[in-house]
Amino acid sequence: MRRTVFPHKLLPWLLVAPQLAITLIFFYWPAAQAFRQSLLKEDAFGLKTSFVGLANFRKVLADPAYLNALQVTVIFSAMVAFLAMAIALFLAVQAEKVVRGKSFYRTLMIWPYAVAPAIAGMLWLFMFNPSFGTLAWPLRQMGIRWNPLLNADHAMMLVVAAATWKQISYNFLFFVAGLQAIPRSLLEAAAIDGASRRHAFWTIVFPLLAPTTFFLLVVNTVYALFDTFGIIHAVTGGGPGKATETLVYKVYNDGFVNLIMGDSAAQSVILMVIVIALTAFQFRFIERRVHYG
Amino acid sequence: MQKTVFWLAGLMALPVAAEAKTEISWWHAMSGANAEVVAKIAGDFNASQSDYEVKPVFKGTYPETLNAGIAAFRAGQAPDIIQVFDVGTGVMMGAEGAIMPVAQVLEKGGTKFDKSQYLPGIVGYYSTPEGEMLSFPYNSSSPILYYNKDIFEKAGLDVDNPPKTWAEVWAAARKIKESGAATCGYTSTWLTWIHTENFAAWNNVSWGTNENGLAGTPELKIDGPLFVKHFQELADLSKEGVFVYGGRTSEAKQNFTSGECGILTESSGGLGDIVKSGMNYGIGQLPYDETAEGAPQNTTPGGASLWVMGGKSDETYKGVAAFFQYLSQTDVQQYLHEQSGYLPVTLAAYEATKATDFYQKNPGRETPILQMMGKEPTENSKGVRAPNLPQLRDIQNEEYEKMLSGQQDAATALKNAVTRGNAAIKEAAGG
Repeated sequence: MRRTVFPHKLLPWLLVAPQLAITLIFFYWPAAQAFRQSLLKEDAFGLKTSFVGLANFRKVLADPAYLNALQVTVIFSAMVAFLAMAIALFLAVQAEKVVRGKSFYRTLMIWPYAVAPAIAGMLWLFMFNPSFGTLAWPLRQMGIRWNPLLNADHAMMLVVAAATWKQISYNFLFFVAGLQAIPRSLLEAAAIDGASRRHAFWTIVFPLLAPTTFFLLVVNTVYALFDTFGIIHAVTGGGPGKATETLVYKVYNDGFVNLIMGDSAAQSVILMVIVIALTAFQFRFIERRVHYG
Repeated sequence: MQKTVFWLAGLMALPVAAEAKTEISWWHAMSGANAEVVAKIAGDFNASQSDYEVKPVFKGTYPETLNAGIAAFRAGQAPDIIQVFDVGTGVMMGAEGAIMPVAQVLEKGGTKFDKSQYLPGIVGYYSTPEGEMLSFPYNSSSPILYYNKDIFEKAGLDVDNPPKTWAEVWAAARKIKESGAATCGYTSTWLTWIHTENFAAWNNVSWGTNENGLAGTPELKIDGPLFVKHFQELADLSKEGVFVYGGRTSEAKQNFTSGECGILTESSGGLGDIVKSGMNYGIGQLPYDETAEGAPQNTTPGGASLWVMGGKSDETYKGVAAFFQYLSQTDVQQYLHEQSGYLPVTLAAYEATKATDFYQKNPGRETPILQMMGKEPTENSKGVRAPNLPQLRDIQNEEYEKMLSGQQDAATALKNAVTRGNAAIKEAAGG
């Protein structure tokens, strides 16, 4: 490859300066603040501050509630990422088959993405509220004692469903694009060789979709970890008990409801480490096996 | 609101313009009908004199307003007055230096805080153990019992006599469910505030040591036999489907207004929504436990008070003092009481309302006042205080939810709430 050498020394810096400034102000500065706060013990108003070293981290990691939140997060994220991607892929493949009104069908599929997380949460809450939910009533008629307010499994199902529903559109969009990029000739050749549609999908389409799938896996994991706060806040508030309290929700709850700044900051630093590790892992190990064609 | 912010920003840039009137910012958490009351009171005060201008700013829910105030203080931009809910009282009291006690603010304004003019239960709650008034009570409420008269009639219950004790409530609730008058007999908002904190005061049992935390850092005592008995009964009713759990805060109000449940215990401040639903409702006293000695004692105030932030100019404090004087006026308090369903905070306003036919026309509106004033408060019934009450309530809610879903019995739930709660108090108190 030929190296391009730019004559200007200052201009490139000037051009990236706005982006750098934004990153510094909105990412590095708060991250540094969180790190600083995680080493301090402070009251809500910041009147009495003392340096406690790693005591906050020790306390957080020894807290059974934190380990519970970790477990909840793993279950929640895995379910949301898997379901959102599987359903979206299924729908995208089906959408490909539609001959008439394709764009109309696709537009409808993309709509839920425009709904804000908190609104999506409220929507699902209303549909499944045990006392006045429109969809809770048929459930009860079927003999299911539906009660997400007290039943931990029901509450988890409800937040997973709401979070998944909201992410399907995004995944759908990428899968449709990915499917369109697959050369027709390969599928036709497979058809001539007598491969069933099912066989062709798993041996040709799915492997060729790998770059899209991998990208979505990263995006969906990050989504399930962070962007679902609004949904959980609106639907269950972390309850019943602590059944739907994810790591992010616990950071919020400890910091802004219980006003324990040090604990909350320590948790967000741990969260930062987890995300860095997860992303590094995904890029190092999974990406290697991705076939970019 | 956006406009106000721009306008304020513009004013700050022009010190000349600000000299004419001293601005007093008031962050509050009142929405709906109660927000209109705030706007009217501030507007009337501004019109009544020409030195000060009170600017109310809506900051969201109670916790959101408190958080906004804390964040603003840390950034050196604290408002002058901030409305903080009862649960946040301990947090504000711990913030010495961040706040200016109301008693001192009034002194700066050349007046004195006359305790005898205010309802004793409310003043005691917002004062230091030494008796210095820290915040100005703005909206106070008390839990009461609401019942659906149509459902009572259908179930064959006495429409004019709501149940008085918990045992009577359980019996009535069972009858409602069994007779098919409604699918749910009883529901309640705020299991923490009503069934724990007020349950203790009303039945004269201790919620925590050190006068429930009013005289110092408390240790929880909510695993006492009376609490265990009460919560086990609630758990059993939940299992039978007679009691329906609505949520941690005021969600259960919907179960009542929708006609699902026949009986509700809720804040007196929740009256507005029940009136709005157009249902045929009745009001009764908060039920008590007839096996408790001396019950019913008195209930404790919920709601919110106004805190004055520290580090402001003397001119600002004079303005705040003038505003609080205005707020204490009988007609203003009477207006507040009659419009919002909150309690009047001065005795004169209560007497003035009594002199009209308001209570005859609105039976039940006097109930929360009588509950709070009925008896001289004991050390169990002056209110509860802890440096981290929001966290304690969170812990209790988690344990109650596990209990109601059948994962643990009442004794275990309360024992856990006490153990976890005491550890959290110790931590928060700097132990």
